[in-house]
Amino acid sequence: MTSAPKDDAVVAPVAAPRAGAFVRLGPRHLIIAGAIIAAVLIPFYAKSFVLFQLTQVMIYALAILGLNLLTGFNGQFSIGHSAFYGVGAYTTAILMERYGVPYVWTVPAAGAVCFMVGFLFGLPALRLQNLYLALATFTLAIAMPQLLKFHGFEGWTGGVQGLVVDQPDPPSFLPIDGDQWLYYFTLIVMLVMFAGAANLIRSRTGRAMMAIRDNPIAASAMGINTSLYKMLTFGVSALYTGVAGALGALAVAFVAPDSFTIFLSISLLVGLVIGGVGSIAGCLVGGLFMLYVPNIAESISTGLAGVIYGFILLLIIFVMPAGAAGFVRFALAQLARLRQT
Amino acid sequence: MKKLTRRSILIAAPSALAFTAPLLSIRPAFAKDYGPGVTDKEIKIGNTCFYTGPASSYGTIGKAMAAYYKMINDQGGINGRMINFISYDDAYSPPKTVEQTRKLVEEDGILLDAGPLGTPTNSAIWHYMNEKKVPQLFVSTGASKWNDPKGHPWTIGWQPNYHMEGTLYATYILKENPNAQVGVLYQNDDFGKDYLRGVKDGIGDKGKAKVVVEASYETTDATVESQVVDMKSKGVDAFVNAAIPKFAAQAIRKAAEIQWKPIQVVSSIGQSVAATLKPAGLDHSTGVVSDFYLKDPTDPQWKEDAGYKWWTGFMDKYYPDGDKSDINNVYGPSNAATVCQVLKQCGDELTRENVMKQAASLKDFTVPMLLPGIKINTSPTDFAPVKQVQMAKFDGQRWNLFGDLLGAAAG
Repeated sequence: MTSAPKDDAVVAPVAAPRAGAFVRLGPRHLIIAGAIIAAVLIPFYAKSFVLFQLTQVMIYALAILGLNLLTGFNGQFSIGHSAFYGVGAYTTAILMERYGVPYVWTVPAAGAVCFMVGFLFGLPALRLQNLYLALATFTLAIAMPQLLKFHGFEGWTGGVQGLVVDQPDPPSFLPIDGDQWLYYFTLIVMLVMFAGAANLIRSRTGRAMMAIRDNPIAASAMGINTSLYKMLTFGVSALYTGVAGALGALAVAFVAPDSFTIFLSISLLVGLVIGGVGSIAGCLVGGLFMLYVPNIAESISTGLAGVIYGFILLLIIFVMPAGAAGFVRFALAQLARLRQT
Repeated sequence: MKKLTRRSILIAAPSALAFTAPLLSIRPAFAKDYGPGVTDKEIKIGNTCFYTGPASSYGTIGKAMAAYYKMINDQGGINGRMINFISYDDAYSPPKTVEQTRKLVEEDGILLDAGPLGTPTNSAIWHYMNEKKVPQLFVSTGASKWNDPKGHPWTIGWQPNYHMEGTLYATYILKENPNAQVGVLYQNDDFGKDYLRGVKDGIGDKGKAKVVVEASYETTDATVESQVVDMKSKGVDAFVNAAIPKFAAQAIRKAAEIQWKPIQVVSSIGQSVAATLKPAGLDHSTGVVSDFYLKDPTDPQWKEDAGYKWWTGFMDKYYPDGDKSDINNVYGPSNAATVCQVLKQCGDELTRENVMKQAASLKDFTVPMLLPGIKINTSPTDFAPVKQVQMAKFDGQRWNLFGDLLGAAAG
């Protein structure tokens, strides 16, 4: 219990500048603060398996946020984000296992590597739009598992066998176990990255990103360097997903080519739509969906799990066509109208 | 006094029982020792399998296992305890396997993980299981790394592994031709390399025979024809074709086209009549040999076999939807039967330690659908249960078993 204030202290500076960016503290900030406090307290009540699941939810949420920056805020499609996730995961695994780098440093390193990969991939992607861009990113997703298996890289990647990653030990001064520490570590990284994304969206750069999404011609007429911003967005998007991949490697303690197939990309896309395209908090809902709905579907019927998953997905899309974020917005608007009448 | 209501009786009765039960129970002469998931009535065991996803055709293994445990329960269970078999879908995704396995171990509280499927998926939980000291029993994969009693004492394989098969091919070749010049075609990954290492270990470097060509292919290659032509030009007279069906078929066809007639061994991954030999041409495939350890349910020679009859009866009653031409439906119950034997041997000492101890002391155990004479033996230094195969020659219609069983009989 003694560690709770400590973690609060870590979280506070993250929340503070966000609050300062606004004129006054609204109910929105109370909700965010409440959610963070709840998230900090969970490890003292939940079992380690539940913590492991929640850690994965946060990791998926972060990966979805990466995709969201690209698709939701910049209007570029990608079904190749499994590749960035994989690059992030392998960067962490290779640095830790082959070069003995401490895990903490592998996370920013994975982000940096993915930023470069994403930025460079953004270059050819500039010439492609919509469906064609989707196809181009599709090649990334298809190529990644095979590249990871390729014998020329086997010295680093471990080939089809994958790499086993040591799960990070908690700092010795904290009286918590490995699962709890991983949860907090992921929580901290996620909060920093979510706050960063929120600030990015509200900045000049963020407005430029959205202007390109809404009308690229008008955006360039206003003097926005659309090529540069599109490439940068690709890079940042890959960075976010790559950091998620790095955390994923730490949580699962194992990487293998078959973990990063096109199916992961599709799941991220589903999570994005369920959470709400263009919503930052919605990514968390997307992460929850990614992890729990397949489990729920399986618990209803093992044989028909895929059908039930599809049914739940359709149901949600019909009920909340704009994702969870859109649904909340709609519900709040309805409430406000009720209050007025 | 408080009035006696139905509810208070309902509350009082179990608590009264709970208090008196320990007094009433008489300790048996032999000590009962239970690990997680075990009661007097039940043994909880777990499993992960691919019911959805890219490899879901293997999902039938999990269903066939479940059917087998149901049959065991209908027959009264094991030493009076019912098997509660919990199988989760991991969709062939290693992170999902970790999640589902942690759920099995930490939430469901299983005694052991029985026959989890897949190589990358089992690799993902390998360390976790050994760290948590939970038996990872009879993993359903052919990689050779599962036989590592020292490094991973909580993990044990089941089927003949690729390395072992490779050495047995070498044994066969040496018997046919002690001076054989061997060529190996293998997939450039760990499974392929397991075969290659096996053949090389089997041939050795003392005799006249040697491996003269090691030709690899990538799954992305269009063809392996140049490798075959190369082998012929280098005087290879014994060809080990350790390729997946598509490439195995190409190689057999090409060999026939260039009039090359070496001893041809097709590995177990490419031995399917429908997927390899028919596309290669049944006449081209005549004379090719391969190895088997299970009774192929499509092979008419087993029609009158007691084991086969048992199996069809089992399938009809407990898994009527299952495809009776699918070898995976033979695999599932055979693997599950071995798990049941371990539990039987455990008696009332159903701890995880004893499970591994018994799994490492199987003696001449047989399963109806293993080839006649194949016996499962393990020891504390031998974690490879099935290690015998029989060679078979293709006669243009079907595989005909011949010769003695190959491989080590005892651990």
